[in-house]
Amino acid sequence: MEYWKEEIETLSRPALEQLQVRRLQETLARASHSPFYKRMFAKKGIDAGSVRSLDDLKTLPFTTKDDLRNNYPYGFAAIPLKDCVRLHSSSGTTGNPTVVLHSRRDIDEWAEQVARCMYMVGLRDTDVFQNTSGYGMFTGGLGFQYGAERLGALTVPAAAGNTKRQIKFIKDFGTTCLHIIPSYAMRLAEVMHEEGIDSHETRLRVLCIGAEPHSEEQRRRIEQMLGVKAYNCFGMSEMNGPGVAFECTEQNGLHIWEDYVVAEIVDPHTLEPVVDGEVGELVLTTINREAMPLLRYRTRDLTRFLPGSCPCGRTHRRLSRFQGRSDDMIILKGVNLFPVQIETILMQFPELGGNYFITLETVGASDEMLVEVELSELFTDDYSVLQALARDVSRRLRDELLLTPRLKLVARGSLPVQEGKAVRVKDLRKII
Amino acid sequence: MTVNQISIFLENKYGKLGEVLTLLAQEEIRIIAASISDTSEFGIMRIIVSDPLKAYAILKRENVSVNLSEVLAIVTGSCAGSFADSISFFTRAGISIEYMYCFSAGGKSILFLRASNYEAAREVIRRNNLECLSESALLSL
Repeated sequence: MEYWKEEIETLSRPALEQLQVRRLQETLARASHSPFYKRMFAKKGIDAGSVRSLDDLKTLPFTTKDDLRNNYPYGFAAIPLKDCVRLHSSSGTTGNPTVVLHSRRDIDEWAEQVARCMYMVGLRDTDVFQNTSGYGMFTGGLGFQYGAERLGALTVPAAAGNTKRQIKFIKDFGTTCLHIIPSYAMRLAEVMHEEGIDSHETRLRVLCIGAEPHSEEQRRRIEQMLGVKAYNCFGMSEMNGPGVAFECTEQNGLHIWEDYVVAEIVDPHTLEPVVDGEVGELVLTTINREAMPLLRYRTRDLTRFLPGSCPCGRTHRRLSRFQGRSDDMIILKGVNLFPVQIETILMQFPELGGNYFITLETVGASDEMLVEVELSELFTDDYSVLQALARDVSRRLRDELLLTPRLKLVARGSLPVQEGKAVRVKDLRKII
Repeated sequence: MTVNQISIFLENKYGKLGEVLTLLAQEEIRIIAASISDTSEFGIMRIIVSDPLKAYAILKRENVSVNLSEVLAIVTGSCAGSFADSISFFTRAGISIEYMYCFSAGGKSILFLRASNYEAAREVIRRNNLECLSESALLSL
């Protein structure tokens, strides 16, 4: 097994935890310089020096996205702005944007983290890496750019959109690896197919897919359509961006880099730790960042720790595939469900395309779910076959969700094309 | 012995039929026969056209959900009982008709039909001397 930084990736658990405690203490000392944490520590009587173990961390309050918004733009800066070299900011579509500041060292460590992830999935300095993320404020652009350069790959900063141009680059530059959002990977594969390009004749072999929850079935379909291995990557701008956790070649869970963060999983309602191995909300504390430490940050992402050690030899724990965000959860007739559960079922039917849309609506006095899904091809001209397919899909959805959505087969290309982060749910319910 | 048929998946939505027909019109594709059937959610339009392979390629390129299949084109008379006679040959041979549509012009009708078993259907046509059009014969009518 080859590693980017073997000593840290395979560090024994006790040594890794010792490193975490040391870095946590340094982080707390730094955090106390930021206006936000200075206030919090004073108000709650927290002595940054009293934290001596990872358990002690659990006594500290959480930090939320609202805290970031309310302290926009520089309320979390733990070092002078003159020592910061970059900031990234969220779009702020739902209020004040959030800002994350980086020192020169932070940028450097982030590049290291992404390079480690890329090396882990078999990428080397001989690879040609094409990044289909938007650049600018979106961290998937520059984050992967710096990581890929650190790895030594030849980088193609194609940025988002213009599918035909992306395909031209893949062919002309001999791209071997794409960083791409899963819904867009499906779209790219479809366009390649329509243009009569066989992806097996390109040099494409690895996809880094992330930024939106997706199912194992969708991953397999992408792999099959493009003849590649696709690896799930997890990141969020508050934690730098891409590189926080990444799958290894086992494709069984994402290693979360515990020399960068301390990870906890809590019940999103009680905020108490879940029993090890159960699903809950991921809470992260940065322990390798200067400019803007975050303590016990509530990510809203739902996952669980996978038990046991990974055959790849890395000691950093694995998170299961993300099940959605606590914000994405749909509550319909008292049942909690996630769009990704619906996707998992739909992807099991080769007759169906990758694009689907969920509408929640009030019909009479009752809330209903409509699932529209595109046909991949018109594989038959026989009604009874189409109706049997619709019935079959409905039944599988009912078994999974424990409620019966209305299923509608729609023509190819009739649902909105997903070129950015996929928006797949519309809630039109009336409050009665 | 069979002719190509194009089947198009249509959503039950205002304007959908017109969109598809316009696409075909722009490419100078002539529609010889058409049938639409629908359920509450969607419809399938089945058409016989002047250049089915070209029509199929165009519709596919334009991202229309489309299927290419084969149907029998059987010539029959246009007087009372002609259809019944033609169909009865198939019925006697134990062959089901899955769907059928037709057009009549002059003294002739053409039945387009999908049979449950094409092999057996061909045998019926041969044995009973039914007139069955090839694509080129159909287009030269």
